[in-house]
Amino acid sequence: MAKVPVQFTLNGSEKAEFIESGTTLLHALRDKIGDTSPKGGCHQGTCGACSVIIDGELRLSCLTLAETCDGADIRTTAGLAEGGVLHPLQRAFLDAFATQCGFCTPGMIMAAKALLDRTPNPSREEVVEALSGNICRCTGYEPIIQAVLTAARADSQNAA
Amino acid sequence: MSLALQTFSTVKDANAALQASGTRYLGGGTLVVRAANEGDVSVSSLVRVTEPSLSAVSVSGGKARLGASVTMAAITRHPELAALAPAARAVGGPAIRNMATVGGNLFAPAPYGDFAVALLALNATVAVEDGEMPVETFLAGRDTSRAVVTAVSLSLPEAESFRFLKVSRVKPKGVSVLSIAALLQRTADGTVTSARIAHGCMADRSMRAKAAEKALLGCKLTPEEIAPALAVAGEDITPITDPIASAWYRAEVLPVHLGRLLLS
Ligand SMILES: Cc1cc2nc3c(=O)[nH]c(=O)nc-3n(C[C@H](O)[C@H](O)[C@H](O)COP(=O)(O)OP(=O)(O)OC[C@H]3O[C@@H](n4cnc5c(N)ncnc54)[C@H](O)[C@@H]3O)c2cc1C
Ligand code: FES
Ligand code: FES
Repeated sequence: MAKVPVQFTLNGSEKAEFIESGTTLLHALRDKIGDTSPKGGCHQGTCGACSVIIDGELRLSCLTLAETCDGADIRTTAGLAEGGVLHPLQRAFLDAFATQCGFCTPGMIMAAKALLDRTPNPSREEVVEALSGNICRCTGYEPIIQAVLTAARADSQNAA
Repeated sequence: MSLALQTFSTVKDANAALQASGTRYLGGGTLVVRAANEGDVSVSSLVRVTEPSLSAVSVSGGKARLGASVTMAAITRHPELAALAPAARAVGGPAIRNMATVGGNLFAPAPYGDFAVALLALNATVAVEDGEMPVETFLAGRDTSRAVVTAVSLSLPEAESFRFLKVSRVKPKGVSVLSIAALLQRTADGTVTSARIAHGCMADRSMRAKAAEKALLGCKLTPEEIAPALAVAGEDITPITDPIASAWYRAEVLPVHLGRLLLS
């Protein structure tokens, strides 16, 4: 199978790889580039564990071909902490016990980030809607919803 | 997975490439990449087009043209497409809506294709490189279609004349038990003068409820007057059976939900 060059920005740093045509972004990120924060749960679009933000929009990396991301700006949970300080969403997830086994967490955090980037003070309904494509088998969702609402409040206090 | 992606700058070149066997068009990829991930080896090559017109929305004189690559999320955010927003919002969760395209929804097998249900009720037109056809004709022949869909055009309905309903078990998202769209013109006293009703999950693709459409003519939207339409709503349907609902269940609840939509 022919290899094709792909270049994109991952969490602010330039990446260039030769990948097999037809490779999913999830596969390229995890197995080629070594960012294992997006998880492969279902590879069918149903679990949301592979969610990443591409050019500001939440997408499923398991259903995205890496070649279609040439020149894109890609954000994953691995790039959220700055200088060893956790992002408010990561902090809130830990504090609220919104992560148990942790498998859904990077996808949940990306879905929450995509929401807060557009809607800094969401209602509970908006949080539920924003997380509706992500499945968690551990927490029962309520701690996750609370964590996102807490992170939104923390962010708006910092901004004030 | 052995898939190869070919990128073209024009629809013409993509159409030529699509004639090769095992080749399919790549829209948002939510169905076709999923199929490849699941081991579907019938697709070995994907084709995409970067022509900007495919991602464009234009609205003028009460008419809208949606490029085939326009996503459900783009429709929900577009200030002039509010009439279509409920149907676009009915598709999947937020990440799916950022990827799922108008073109891909026309090909989505039941229980998918919620947006196509709305397009069918609205009598939209589907454009390919060398012409246009009514969405009803397009849906009937989609299995043998080998051309890139470039756009969908429609007359935007008055808010009160168009109704859309998706019934699902998982809230706020979840696949359809069924979906229904109805375009109704009524006189000042509420008498129905024209009705176009489409439903999803009542076959492998969206279909019109022609007997119910006919029975509604001359009626007012009251429980008594719509009863004959509900009685014939299930004519000619062959609902799907899947883990969400059996064909029997879908046929049983269709008149109930059609009634709720008409009386809402
Ligand atoms: C988790 C999940 C949930 C979903 N929920 C829903 C839902 O609630 N409602 C719903 O309606 N759908 C749902 N879907 C199905 C799907 O996301 C949508 O139907 C979507 O609109 C398909 O568009 P796409 O661009 O992703 O299609 P693709 O996967 O890119 O393509 C699907 C088919 O259409 C063909 N095609 C696509 N575009 C064109 C074009 N322009 N010209 C010619 N052929 C074309 C492709 O070759 C392929 O055969 C869901 C999917 C997943 C994975
Ligand atoms: S792995 Fe992508 S949605 Fe489950
Ligand atoms: S924490 Fe285990 S799946 Fe969510």
